[in-house]
Amino acid sequence: MVSKKDYNLSSTSSRLRRAPVEHIAKLARLSLSKKELGKLQKDLSSILDYIEKLKKVDIKKAKVYSHQWLGENIMRDDQESKKLKMENKKLLELAPKIKDGYLKVKSIIKPATGGRR
Amino acid sequence: MKLTDLNIVQAHQGLIKKEFSALELTKAFLNKIKEKNKENFAYLTVVKNSALSQAKKVDDLILEGKELPLLAGIPLAVKDVILAEGVKCTAGSKILENYIAPYDATVIKKLKGKGAVILGKTNLDEFAMGSSTENSAFGPTRNPHDLTRVPGGSSGGSAAAVAANECIYALGSDTGGSIRLPASFCGTVGLKPTYGAVSRYGLIAFGSSLDQIGPMTKTIEDCKIVFEAIKGRDDMDSTSVEIPKIKNRKLPAQGWSASGGKIKNLRIGIPKEYFTKGIDPEVEKVIKEAIKKYQDLGAKIEEVSLPHTEYALPAYYIINPSEASANLARYDGIKYGYSVAGGQQPATGNLLDVYLQSRGEGFGEEVRRRIMLGTYSLSAGYYQAYYLRAQKVRTLVKNDFEKVFKKVDCLLTPTSPFLPFKIGERIEDPLSMYLVDVYTVSVNLVGLPALSLPCGQVHHLPVGLQIIGRPFEEDKILAIGQVFEKI
Repeated sequence: MVSKKDYNLSSTSSRLRRAPVEHIAKLARLSLSKKELGKLQKDLSSILDYIEKLKKVDIKKAKVYSHQWLGENIMRDDQESKKLKMENKKLLELAPKIKDGYLKVKSIIKPATGGRR
Repeated sequence: MKLTDLNIVQAHQGLIKKEFSALELTKAFLNKIKEKNKENFAYLTVVKNSALSQAKKVDDLILEGKELPLLAGIPLAVKDVILAEGVKCTAGSKILENYIAPYDATVIKKLKGKGAVILGKTNLDEFAMGSSTENSAFGPTRNPHDLTRVPGGSSGGSAAAVAANECIYALGSDTGGSIRLPASFCGTVGLKPTYGAVSRYGLIAFGSSLDQIGPMTKTIEDCKIVFEAIKGRDDMDSTSVEIPKIKNRKLPAQGWSASGGKIKNLRIGIPKEYFTKGIDPEVEKVIKEAIKKYQDLGAKIEEVSLPHTEYALPAYYIINPSEASANLARYDGIKYGYSVAGGQQPATGNLLDVYLQSRGEGFGEEVRRRIMLGTYSLSAGYYQAYYLRAQKVRTLVKNDFEKVFKKVDCLLTPTSPFLPFKIGERIEDPLSMYLVDVYTVSVNLVGLPALSLPCGQVHHLPVGLQIIGRPFEEDKILAIGQVFEKI
């Protein structure tokens, strides 16, 4: 069984360097301060050290897991299900910005100079 | 006996015998919450008016002489990760601080259909990520047995509310132990049903191959009643199933029996990997005494081995964050929840900036950590080494259980290796917090049902006994638990 002794609590392992942590934060769409990135670098390194344990397991014959009692796909009829106006209204009210019954978002691509906005 | 001391069965009897009204019952609990919530902070939201009006409806039913469902007029608490229409649902997170649930979760719909009285929503670790309820963005819940200690997590608010008599029962959710651990730490009963037994429609998704909703109650009889009420297939959750009639399945009445203080034909497995270093010796002693009681009643006790046990936790901490990172991608500051685009002075920049800032500011520390870990495990170049490997180890863990369940009817283990720990003791070190789940995560990886029930105390702190069963044998583990409860 695992115990505190199985990993070094004061581990300063630098399995993860700073650049990949920044890259992962960008992939995960998280804007983080320098201090937060530093803390994550340390935390993730010690968690990954612990997870290294899995390398000791012989997985050559093992299949990828699946729940045995969910063997078949459950399908529904390919029919449009319309939301009631009231339901629509409730969902839209949760959004920070709406316009004419749509969600409004910031521009994705900057318009070219002089182009139509 | 005070109204707030009653369990479901007793309260139901009181209502039909007109010893008290549903309104009086609900008011008693609202007063209790008012008194206790200041010290234990079990509730995030209390819905006084709707609770009172629901109770009034039940009283009308009683006056009309209609037959009263068991759960009608019985006040409950709901973990704040399960949607109840028109009520705030925060998931313990700043990112959903002002989110009003637009619909009812299937479990809530079912309970409302039986006339249940919802008192409010309970505190939890943010997005159910944690084992102590300290990760809530709104402050920690405290253990009613010792207010300096944690109630366990992530359904800590639900467990504390049941233990402090601030509700008769509660709903929790269990992804890696989040019902069983707090049930153990607070001295209540908690059931994590088989994967697929209860619909998860309206449960805020965390680890979708692991999550289950389940009851937290004062007695096992109550636990059965609530489980019966919420289980079943639901069109809105394609992973939910009707509890199948498994061939050759030995129901309690057929396979084993317990009557007149004797158990017959019950084989109990004790996994030796759960009793090695790392367990608190005082906890171990209480668990061993409980096992001895089963033996004295006539159960056959057998040591068994689950050889991949030590790999379950590291596999879990790849699979869980991977699924979490995918599920939490929906909090983007566009559709609902905290957004930098929604303030008085809209953020400058483009769409990507809205994503980055809304998520960076809205999520708490542990949630960010798991999203990062999951994104890393799933990213190009690491997927095979981490996620795929973990999913294969998971199969090996499953094979271990299948093998022992050919020999034994159930497994008995501790729910937690430790007693409830002090607030602040583990929060600074994420890995030491993850180790708290060491006896509970395997059950989620494999999708099995498991029950935690109080089996003794050490220094006035509760100890929980975990009973693990075969898929869809909830009825059996509950019956086995009841044998102990009645001793």
